[in-house]
Amino acid sequence: MNIWTAVALTAVGCYAVKLIGLLVPAETLERPAVQRLAALLPVALLAALTAQQAFADGRTPVLDARAVGLAAAAVALVLRAPFLVVVGAAVLVTAGARALTG
Amino acid sequence: MAVGLSGLAFGVTSAGSGLSTPQTCALSLLVFTGASQFALVGALAAGGNPFTAAAGAFFLGVRNAFYGLRLSQLLALPRAVRPLAAHWVIDETSAVALAQPTRRGARIGFTVTGLTLYVLWNLTTLLGALGAEKLGDTDAWGIDAASPAVFLALLAPMLKTTVERVVAGLAVVLGLGLLPVLPAGVPVLAAALSAPLVLYADGRRRGAADTLKKEGNR
Repeated sequence: MNIWTAVALTAVGCYAVKLIGLLVPAETLERPAVQRLAALLPVALLAALTAQQAFADGRTPVLDARAVGLAAAAVALVLRAPFLVVVGAAVLVTAGARALTG
Repeated sequence: MAVGLSGLAFGVTSAGSGLSTPQTCALSLLVFTGASQFALVGALAAGGNPFTAAAGAFFLGVRNAFYGLRLSQLLALPRAVRPLAAHWVIDETSAVALAQPTRRGARIGFTVTGLTLYVLWNLTTLLGALGAEKLGDTDAWGIDAASPAVFLALLAPMLKTTVERVVAGLAVVLGLGLLPVLPAGVPVLAAALSAPLVLYADGRRRGAADTLKKEGNR
């Protein structure tokens, strides 16, 4: 039930922000401060989420095979590899690192 | 192709996070914005309550409002169509539509990309969720590295100036540092505060620099 609540809240919330963008007059959201904050918010969230999902197990910070996989993804990004290769590199290298360290 | 792989990864990750196949598919059908979906199942897997988990996913989805803003001028859709089109306002459709030189091109680009991705994302989510059981231990396949890699791939092109890099750095420190002390799902929201904090500090710094410049001119 808890999960369905989360699914429903996320679905409604995410749809609402998409619709708001299409419906409100452009000037409302075009104030520079709002624009700057809106551009920086995903930066903060994505950075925190990347770190948490690569370097933590539940609530404990850990360093494991995922760190190696993420490093591979970072290298792929620096080399301007397409999205598919970036994610593929992370998955394969993580699996490889786990197989090696068993 | 890329969306296909992310969809598979999402299906597998979601199933591995304890969501049922209907719940996983409902997310892809109804939420349809990948980063938010990954964030939600990640937070739920870490033991977050549904409200903090949904809040993180929601804030990540806020960027779509700003895509919508630019698209609404570009596509000039009739009011009746907007509630339908809204569901497809995501990173990829916006990128394609905004890259078109004409309104007609933008409309076609938006519709074709939206439809293709919607079908592909939902089919691969279903496959991933069903396949997760057959894979057994999904961690052995490295699937748990897919979602941080998806986040990193979205983040990398945003790190254009020092301000973005400082925000990202601070968010990493807050996101990891607060993990053991705050309830699950809350640290990522606290990390989001690094955006207004850095913006404020940067504003002060610029303000001070301007004052110095004015005084120097005297």
